[in-house]
Amino acid sequence: MNPVSHAEDPSGERRDFLYYATAGFGAIAAGAAAWPLVNSMNPSADTRAASQMRVDVSGVSEGTQLTVLFLGKPIFIRRATPDEIEAAQAVELGELPDQIARNENISGDVEATVENRFLPPFGGDEGGGAAAGGWLVMQGVCTHLGCVPLGDGAGDFGGWFCPCHGSHYDTAGRIRRGPAPENLPIPAAEFIDDTTILLG
Amino acid sequence: MGGIPHDHYEPNSRGEKWLHRRLPIVGLMYDTLMIPTPKNLNWMWIFGIVLVFCLVMQIITGVLLVMHYTPHVDMAFASVEHIMRNVNGGWAIRYIHQNGASLFFIAVYLHIFRGLYYGSYKAPREVTWIIGMLIYVLMMATAFMGYVLPWGQMSFWGATVITGLFGAIPFIGEGIQTWLLGGPAVDNATLNRFLSLHYLLPFLILGLVIVHIWAFHTTGNNNPTGVEVRRTSKKEAEADTLPFWPYFVIKDLFALAVILVIFFAIVGFMPNYLGHPDNYIEANPLATPAHIVPEWYFLPFYAILRAFDQEVWVVIAADFLTGGIVDAKFFGVIAMFGAMLVMALAPWLDTSSVRSGRYRPMFKWWFWVFAFNFVVLTWVGARPAEGIYPYIALIASAYWFAYFLVILPLLGVIEKPLPQPDTIEDDFNEHYSGDDGTPGSGTAAAPSPAE
Repeated sequence: MNPVSHAEDPSGERRDFLYYATAGFGAIAAGAAAWPLVNSMNPSADTRAASQMRVDVSGVSEGTQLTVLFLGKPIFIRRATPDEIEAAQAVELGELPDQIARNENISGDVEATVENRFLPPFGGDEGGGAAAGGWLVMQGVCTHLGCVPLGDGAGDFGGWFCPCHGSHYDTAGRIRRGPAPENLPIPAAEFIDDTTILLG
Repeated sequence: MGGIPHDHYEPNSRGEKWLHRRLPIVGLMYDTLMIPTPKNLNWMWIFGIVLVFCLVMQIITGVLLVMHYTPHVDMAFASVEHIMRNVNGGWAIRYIHQNGASLFFIAVYLHIFRGLYYGSYKAPREVTWIIGMLIYVLMMATAFMGYVLPWGQMSFWGATVITGLFGAIPFIGEGIQTWLLGGPAVDNATLNRFLSLHYLLPFLILGLVIVHIWAFHTTGNNNPTGVEVRRTSKKEAEADTLPFWPYFVIKDLFALAVILVIFFAIVGFMPNYLGHPDNYIEANPLATPAHIVPEWYFLPFYAILRAFDQEVWVVIAADFLTGGIVDAKFFGVIAMFGAMLVMALAPWLDTSSVRSGRYRPMFKWWFWVFAFNFVVLTWVGARPAEGIYPYIALIASAYWFAYFLVILPLLGVIEKPLPQPDTIEDDFNEHYSGDDGTPGSGTAAAPSPAE
């Protein structure tokens, strides 16, 4: 029998095609089988479902803070004093390591001004600005590695201080010094009456 | 094995022959146990056995602990106290398991530094070294997840900080972190999967340990001179080596016995010395402990993680060059994993053809500075990130990288090594027969007065 070169042999090409097609489908099947296994480690349906919470803030007076657990993470609800708001307003934007507001309630990357960080009171701010009620609602999770910062005027800027690696946040929850890269994030939140905040 | 000429297993009885034709398992065990081993191995060569012992001890005590433990956020902490108070001998099993992790890491660090000093990572043992590094990484993952299981404050916050490392990866980090945790934060799903993986990984380690042993049985052991065993004839090979059993097994078991005396003294009298008191407070997601300190064996790498904050020029440069993708947080994570990576690459970064540090006059100094630097990193990793400590951490981290990336490559070029002995036998005789260093005279020489 004469040896037939690979290129001239149509059955050889057919063999190659079958080889690649089989290997290709095998790879797809392996991937399709692996994905549900990997995906089973993602958050389960009940974890995903718990995504809204109402918080009664009638007991929070000026200069105090309420911490609630929402989606496994602490939420700081602080009513800032006028002094604290003034101190935050006095900061030039250029002094901030992170100049973005990180506020889920405002679309786009707006500047990290006091206006864009505080939560407007029920029925709008009535010309007093968002900080009129002094409400600051933030996720109490340090943007460095996820510790809970200490509040009540802690740190060198009178706001929050993360004890893990020494990040200082100011009275508007903005990062001022330390390893944390971003301001404390503001979750989706709104007043649904005078004393109730809806999270999520 | 190892190309070293030696006697192989010969089945004698009918039963042995019957089995050997079907499964040569006795031969495999015989050749593994009787492997010719350089006869000049010193006390730094005992840690392999200590490590195997640790792994077996951790698996056995761990299997028993799982029988009494409940992996649920509401019950885990109480179930550990149940083990401590109600389970028969439970306190001992748990304390052995807890301190066993520390013994495991002390032994692995000494084992690694032994390898670094005597050049055990160099050709042809690179694969042994790489597998060893994989084992080390798996050990760290296993220990980290095990520390989460008692569900104390340090468990919870340690898990939060360490999984936060993955969240620092640009773009996909948050998704990976959520996937690892099984939710938006460390919770029941996290605890459950950590138990599952904490149980699984030791068996992967066991598999890698077998491959690790297979690899260095193929190349033969390194030894304090770094000189290879002669393979030219069986007679010469036998002059350089002794069979592993009984000579080294008995030596290693003696060392193990001494180590275990100290170990059980710690287990019995100061079992929580290496732990952290905060882990006897149940996990609370609303309160972070004042200092989150990882277990002592993670401290060197924890120090490197924290050292690179946004005031360090390389971090600023990286941030600028990548357009903000590599920020201070991600840089710290890269530095931490990079520190392990450069160590794993030591076989290719070290350009010197001389294996043992004994014959490298300059290397010796840099090595001992490196060893001291490791202690400094461990110490500074436990200090708060304020005052002088971040600067110490930064200098020590820089030396870690300089050692592997600058010093090891350069030394091979500029260093003039000392003369090495021709054979292991020469080294052995020089050591055990006084001034008379002629080959073959070792056994005939009179014992020195010290013996």
